[in-house]
Amino acid sequence: MLDCTPKEYKDRKGLTINPAKTCQPVGAMYAALGIHKCLPHSHGSQGCCAYHRKFLTRHFRDPVVASTSSFTEGASVFGGGSNLKTSIKNIFEIYNPDVIAVHTTCLSETIGDDIPTYIMQSKIPEGKLVIHANTPSYQGSHMTGFSNMVKGMVRYISKNSGVANNKVNLIPGFVNPADMREVKRLTKLMKQDFIMFPDTSGVLDAPLSGKYEMYPKGGAKVSDIEDAGNSKLTLALGKFASADGAYELENKCKVLPEILKTPIGISATDRFITALKDISGNEVPYEIEEERGQLVDIMVDNHYHYHGKKVAIFGDPDLVIALTEFVISLGMIPKYVLTGTPGDTFTKEVNQMHENAGIDGKVKALGDLFTLHQWIKNESVDLLIGSTHGKYIAKAEDIPFVRIGFPILDRGVHSYMPIVGYKGAMRIIELISNALLDRQDREAADEDLELIM
Amino acid sequence: MDNIVEILDERKDFIICKSSSNKKNVKCEKESIAGSISQRACVYCGARVVLNPITDAIHIVHGPIGCASYTWDIRGSLSSGSNFYRNSFSTDLKERDVIFGGEKKLKSAIDEIVLGYKPKLIFIYSTCIVGVIGDDLEAVCKEAEKKHNITVIPIQSSGFIGNKSMGYKAACNALLRIMKLTKLNNEKIKGINILGDFNLAGEMWIITKYLKILGINVVTKFTGDGKFEEIKKAPKAVLNIVQCAGSMTYLAKEMEAEFGIPFIKVSFFGLEDTKRSLLDIVRYFKDESKIKFAKEFIKREINKATPLLEKYKQKLNGKKAAIYVGGGFKAISLIRQFENLGIETVIVGTQTGKKDEYEIIESITQKGTVILDDTNPTELEKFIKEKQADILVGGVKERPLAYKLGVAFCDHNHERKHPLCGFEGALNFAKEIDLTINSPVWRYLGSESYGKKEFCKFEY
Repeated sequence: MLDCTPKEYKDRKGLTINPAKTCQPVGAMYAALGIHKCLPHSHGSQGCCAYHRKFLTRHFRDPVVASTSSFTEGASVFGGGSNLKTSIKNIFEIYNPDVIAVHTTCLSETIGDDIPTYIMQSKIPEGKLVIHANTPSYQGSHMTGFSNMVKGMVRYISKNSGVANNKVNLIPGFVNPADMREVKRLTKLMKQDFIMFPDTSGVLDAPLSGKYEMYPKGGAKVSDIEDAGNSKLTLALGKFASADGAYELENKCKVLPEILKTPIGISATDRFITALKDISGNEVPYEIEEERGQLVDIMVDNHYHYHGKKVAIFGDPDLVIALTEFVISLGMIPKYVLTGTPGDTFTKEVNQMHENAGIDGKVKALGDLFTLHQWIKNESVDLLIGSTHGKYIAKAEDIPFVRIGFPILDRGVHSYMPIVGYKGAMRIIELISNALLDRQDREAADEDLELIM
Repeated sequence: MDNIVEILDERKDFIICKSSSNKKNVKCEKESIAGSISQRACVYCGARVVLNPITDAIHIVHGPIGCASYTWDIRGSLSSGSNFYRNSFSTDLKERDVIFGGEKKLKSAIDEIVLGYKPKLIFIYSTCIVGVIGDDLEAVCKEAEKKHNITVIPIQSSGFIGNKSMGYKAACNALLRIMKLTKLNNEKIKGINILGDFNLAGEMWIITKYLKILGINVVTKFTGDGKFEEIKKAPKAVLNIVQCAGSMTYLAKEMEAEFGIPFIKVSFFGLEDTKRSLLDIVRYFKDESKIKFAKEFIKREINKATPLLEKYKQKLNGKKAAIYVGGGFKAISLIRQFENLGIETVIVGTQTGKKDEYEIIESITQKGTVILDDTNPTELEKFIKEKQADILVGGVKERPLAYKLGVAFCDHNHERKHPLCGFEGALNFAKEIDLTINSPVWRYLGSESYGKKEFCKFEY
């Protein structure tokens, strides 16, 4: 029996069991991969880099390259300056990226390495760029790391040249490449020019051609990130991953920020489309209206499959907040909502949703899956939504399980299928209702098995 | 070799191309170069992979959350009993703890574990940051042992203090510590310890099954399906067999010095190695009837497997393989296994191979084979293309690389899908290699497929 979680709650002060988050650097690495021809560089021990690459590789099933400062005992005593400078030299010589995006680790943060100074002291070839973000693993989570690297991009690259470009910046948040593609598709349909960064589409969902491209075609171009300083607005999708980058653009380049929920579900997508409509002055085209209408049709056609079902949702705050809103609009009851990332705004926002919907639920930030499992043990739910690690709970408690989030280590294809936008909402409905109906079929006695459901 | 382009100057000594006149040995057992895209991990990783399969231990990672998140149940090692080890326990250190020290948090973490789980054995892994802020793990563990009357062992595994091999050593020292916990009498058990099998996909159970058939008593398993009480008994064994040499040779040598237990190196990958290893073990006990029985058993098993393997060989003959694995000993086994399937190994690399292992690799490979230590994707890509390998054997980071190159792949690491050891493992291996190399998916590569006749519509 895999289940090691007791039902009784006991106070825990020192112990985290079965985390619902991981550390900042992996988020920074993911964000950095969303710059075209960028090599993420991990300034720390080589284990960090290996773990992050493995984590991302398992989720995306695509090669993830990043270099490391390979800290030794000496570096941790005398500082990692020479390691970083040697790294920068070696990386440009052999791997020849356009950009090196350095992120720190708990080790280099604790010994107090001064990255900007080291970068200044490094020889950087003409036309090449080294940027950095501080990503101490003992603060926040991988979401924070993603956000910090986005901020780093703005800080190092974006410029206000005084010439307006009439574009909208899109910071997509910590989502899959497919979601970034979908956000771009909708923006194009709204006939609004845009700059998306980071953009991992075409990088971590690159096609197989029989050739290995260390720097695939995708990723935000440096010139575009620079030009982001001339845009008329920044749409930050997901507060936790994207807001800080948008604020940084406001401070540095006077680009107005607008913070939206990750456009998961009908309402969040409506708000996203409305924002594009307002900024572009364009009408919503029939193509989008048609998609929305199809979604509503699907919601009506299928609502009795999931209406009134209790669901537990866990994962990254931006996704979880948006998913919670969506399942409420489907008539489901998000009984337990949990993220591993710290943040009072998460609890406030979800509590508010619960209150508005009259739901008596539990909400927790900086929680772990042990806690979630204990909640479920005390009062079970009909469905679990979250990343792969939820499978232990799903199995122990025999609950249908829908995999949405990061990381997904045990199923493929997910990173090619959007969950944002109206199309993404349709897919989420399909995932949810299929999980519930498959269960119903499996459990049905012969005489109860229904052909038409 | 002369034709290395795009290879870091500093890396050139780590790569050789075997030729008849070559006097150069591949350079190994060195730190990775700063700035390289190394496929290697750290001290913590080494320690964790060795100790993680101990099923009834609680493994607490003392540090910020990352190190615990990345190692949560990724080992693929199976248990016949407790599943404690498949949960992730961490002190999840925050900024406050980094400034004021993490000892207090660790102490309460141990208290909470004991309250909730009543374990007999706890490992506390030190991570990078703990090594820097200087928490006194020994003292915390000692205090906890006294308070709770259990065994709490600190593992000095701060990532930066060395490489993965050093983590293996830290793990082995922890195992030695367990063995010295109780004063055993001098009476020996006529049996062996198995070192360096981690029960991935149940492989340890295959080995112990064979040994049971051959009448060989197994005292302790290091560490696949390992158990605390069993490890304590290990000094009573009369022989150690060592499979994963990279991680466990140190332990074998220490046990020889400490408890007078000799060791032999074994490998259960491939028919040949399985045969030789089983015979070596049985011969050690000098019982003629047992040796005779073992020979008959092995013959039977090989006779069963050979015709099936022949079938696979026909489908695989002439293919070329690239190998990039953790230790040198596994690489050697794989070269032999490929040879038996009619596949030539054209590239061999390891993360932590030793000098003597590289010498063996050189002696059993063909002229022109590329041998490399601690390689990276760029080098792998270059040589896979140059040598036209059809399949790569490696770990998680290599899989998508191979696929992107349009080359088949076999995971011989934590993510193997079925047991690859013993007679049945050899068949599984051949089957997997055949399935992937001869999969239809490779035929659809590249845009030149548009005009290919075989993909055109069905002719009525």
